Amino acid sequence: MAVHAVHGEHPPGFAHQFEDMDQQHDAGNLGMWLFLATEIMFFGGLFMSYIVYRTKFPDAFADGSRLLNVKFGAVNTGVLIASSLTMAMAIHSAQVGKKKPQVWYLIFTMILGALFLFLKFNFEWRADYHEHLIPGFGFMVRPEWGPGGVHVQMFFLFYFFMTGLHALHMIVGIGILTVLTVMAARGRFYEQYYAPLESSGLYWHFVDIIWIFLFPLLYLAGGRYPIPGVTH
Amino acid sequence: MAGHVVPVKIYLGVFFSLLFLTGLTTAVAFVDMGRFNLVVALAIAVVKMLLVVLFFMHIKYSPPLIKLVIVAAVLWLAIMVTLTLSDELTRNWGVKIQGWSMILPYFRALF
Repeated sequence: MAVHAVHGEHPPGFAHQFEDMDQQHDAGNLGMWLFLATEIMFFGGLFMSYIVYRTKFPDAFADGSRLLNVKFGAVNTGVLIASSLTMAMAIHSAQVGKKKPQVWYLIFTMILGALFLFLKFNFEWRADYHEHLIPGFGFMVRPEWGPGGVHVQMFFLFYFFMTGLHALHMIVGIGILTVLTVMAARGRFYEQYYAPLESSGLYWHFVDIIWIFLFPLLYLAGGRYPIPGVTH
Repeated sequence: MAGHVVPVKIYLGVFFSLLFLTGLTTAVAFVDMGRFNLVVALAIAVVKMLLVVLFFMHIKYSPPLIKLVIVAAVLWLAIMVTLTLSDELTRNWGVKIQGWSMILPYFRALF
């Protein structure tokens, strides 16, 4: 306990209840992962409800899935993966003591995050609105969906709730990255201390992982191959 | 030195693997494999998740305690899904499966 007896000896960013920088680093990561465990359960409830309703209405979910724009889904997956790379590189820059690249990588990450939201809201959700696919906003059941067609609405409820909650996480993430960019620009992070960067990075990657599962469940679940007699 | 420094080469390798897998999962969706479409899509998603968790999130280089937290979180999710489905999928068993209702009168007659 008495390793750091003199307060003046503390390196920047070191909280003196810890033995050393390594212990502080691991404790911070553990705390962040505990938070992410609660997030897994938070999204987990939605994923579980999706499973239950998909087993109830498999055909309606397949019909709904085929109406989503798979091109935007796939491109957005790539955008998020790229943003995860720039986030990881921002932390890497801090770890090797480079100051300027940190700021640039964080800005790139924010731009990619904003691009994801722009593509999602401005193209996908807007098209869904015009095609009357938003439950509660003039949703129209189409005759080609057959007798169980009304349940396609259930798929779109899941689609908007899950992608909406994911988008909300991204907006929060971009807010966090804004603060980090200012901190990085002020030179707060260096080889020994970059805990805020690392914790936020874990959050950002977690949101990426949620999308990695949302993409197949929402966009690919019904298959994309042509079905004889069905035209969309 | 606090934390493991992952070489940039590995990050780039993971990045391109993730892009490749995204393309692969999209392409495979256009092939009719019946029920296996979803299985393959989810299997690829799990591989992508592992790549992100192990390398981008540094779990490959993390202490066992953090790995335990992650396994516990996934385990609890699995418990929730399993118990819910064991209820949800078996609710109409007595009605739908004729075998049991046919045996039941004979079973009762024994006592």
